[in-house]
Amino acid sequence: MKKLLLATAAALAVGAAPASAQSKSVKIGFVSTFSGPTAVIGNDMRNAFELALDHMGRKMGGLPVEVIYEDDQQKPEVGRQKTEKLIQSDKVDFISGYIWSNVLLASVKPVIEAKTFLVVANAGLSPLAGEMCSPNVFSTSWTNDSNPRAVAEYMNKKGVENVYLIGPNYAAGKENLGGVKAVFKGQLMGEDYTKWPDQLDFSAELSKIRAANPKAVYTFFPGAAGVQFLNQYAQAGLQGKIPLYTTFVIDSLSLPLQKDAALGVIQALQWSADLPNDANKKFVADFMAKHKAEPSFYGAQSYDAADLIASAVAAVKGDLTNPDAVRAALRKADFKSVRGAFKFGPNNYPIQNYYMQEVVKEGGGYRLKTVATAVENFQDVHAIKCAMK
Amino acid sequence: MLLFVEQCLNGLQVGLLLFLLAAGLTLVFGIMDLVNLAHGSLYMLGAYFAATFTAFTGSFLAGVALALGATLITGMAVEVIAMRRLYGRDHLDHVLGTFGLILFFNEIVRLVWGPEGRNLPLPAWLSKSIEILPGFPYSMYRLSIIVVSLAVALALYLVVMRTRFGMLVRAGASNREMVGALGVNIRLLYTFLFGVGAALAGLAGMMQAAILTAQIGMGENILILAFVVIIIGGIGSIRGAFIAALFVGFVDTVGRTFLPELLKLTLSPTAASTAAPALSSMLIYLLMAVVLVVRPSGLFPAAGR
Repeated sequence: MKKLLLATAAALAVGAAPASAQSKSVKIGFVSTFSGPTAVIGNDMRNAFELALDHMGRKMGGLPVEVIYEDDQQKPEVGRQKTEKLIQSDKVDFISGYIWSNVLLASVKPVIEAKTFLVVANAGLSPLAGEMCSPNVFSTSWTNDSNPRAVAEYMNKKGVENVYLIGPNYAAGKENLGGVKAVFKGQLMGEDYTKWPDQLDFSAELSKIRAANPKAVYTFFPGAAGVQFLNQYAQAGLQGKIPLYTTFVIDSLSLPLQKDAALGVIQALQWSADLPNDANKKFVADFMAKHKAEPSFYGAQSYDAADLIASAVAAVKGDLTNPDAVRAALRKADFKSVRGAFKFGPNNYPIQNYYMQEVVKEGGGYRLKTVATAVENFQDVHAIKCAMK
Repeated sequence: MLLFVEQCLNGLQVGLLLFLLAAGLTLVFGIMDLVNLAHGSLYMLGAYFAATFTAFTGSFLAGVALALGATLITGMAVEVIAMRRLYGRDHLDHVLGTFGLILFFNEIVRLVWGPEGRNLPLPAWLSKSIEILPGFPYSMYRLSIIVVSLAVALALYLVVMRTRFGMLVRAGASNREMVGALGVNIRLLYTFLFGVGAALAGLAGMMQAAILTAQIGMGENILILAFVVIIIGGIGSIRGAFIAALFVGFVDTVGRTFLPELLKLTLSPTAASTAAPALSSMLIYLLMAVVLVVRPSGLFPAAGR
């Protein structure tokens, strides 16, 4: 019986092979969070990915595109399951998505083993840019410590004398605050790590900050905690008194909840809705027309992921049978990124500019305004640990 | 020194908020002998009601008043529809039934309000900070939480100790069969009591919502703390809940502030910054363990249990 099954499977595989050699369609798996409180992020990524497909006429290199969206429920074990399903039963050509570093960490091994092309659209798991790097893994985002390094560079430029750091007590929190510590030249006035994810009341930490009276506060609180930290920062009377520098606290999804509490808060990102390049103008205008809301950086990175994949499929004229050719085409990054100039470092992570953004109020609405360039052509520090050349 | 005073105020505020939640929980647990895991859902509903009504009426106070009534009614409806079927059953059935209610309420909130959470904006007079002492500003809103919670605690004390309703509640905590046998309408008493517990949880939720924003699942985290409070305080005892809640609030807040500094005296800075958050989040449970060893039925067990 087992032999018969194997034989049938083999016959099917042989029968299937010529069909896929002609590559009737491009199959893409997209893993993100589509349920639970963080589903807003996953939906934004999907909306942007779909918009990119619309813009290319839902064809890549002349082939129709089929996207399979899978919900990781923000759980590493579920993410891994869904990833394995996409590889083994859907046999996708590319996988993209991934918001969370811990989900990606659990899911990345089967992808690397199957040699499926992976384009990470958010999760900034640093080892994947360094010692764990793989020729088939690409990213359109950053590593967890890159944006904080950009913020610290900017604070150095502004001559900020000292800073107080506060962030969540888990891997990404330590990588993030570690990035600031590595670059910031001034004095460190204090450093607090809060219980993650359930501590949402920061009164004790805010009192400590007030007592330390630093020249600046730096924080990293993604998602709901970021909304609450800003609210409490304002209620404690610190807003406007001590400048607040952040990464991944404010985006167009959280801003409608943060409102006035976010005014004047500064952050670093590689993209913003007001970057004046043509690809970005089209992306933002069409996204707003379709969804009545500004896209977030999560969406922008997903939009770029779709365009990156499309550029590679077009370069090999839809012939996905030669992985070396596809890889070489991906590495060229021959597409118009919504962040402007874009190229890959030796670890397939972007070398890019980081911009400082500040929340401003305009006509009753709130938006992130680009105020300065923090660093130009910044390459993450993990690239040197990547053995791949 | 000023930092210590400020942290004590923070601890007081956290503790009083916990008390509001724990008071309802301990009454329901102590008097109706019902383990209500869905108490946190009522806390969440209070927050969402307040956010909605405040947006609707445009006034914070009116929104909070309406939300209080709404949670009271919701609590009574939950008692009549669901909880009644659970009395007299095993505690495991209570846990299963009320856990089902948690899932139900989370989904309802997702359907009605969406997954992204709601903000409860504060009026200007509450969202500023005031100087309690010269050079010592404190959040006006946190201060008002302290005042309101203390007032509620006092009112609760007077109702339980000085009124006929309170006497029945206390009698019910000691021996509910006897209260029923003496001709008191226990069903009505239970429905009303559950509603009051719900309103207290809702009040805690709406006061917290302005600090934290209303989120799906916000009740589950704090529910564990509320259970810790009623176990330390003694099940069924309002006085116990009050003292235990303040205890827990202080230990948590002051521990979070000063433990890292203390550890730095003995450990290397990196080891201290890793160990301190873990250890300070354990402090409350250590406190509970110590209390349980010394007094297994809590600090102030209700008489007759």
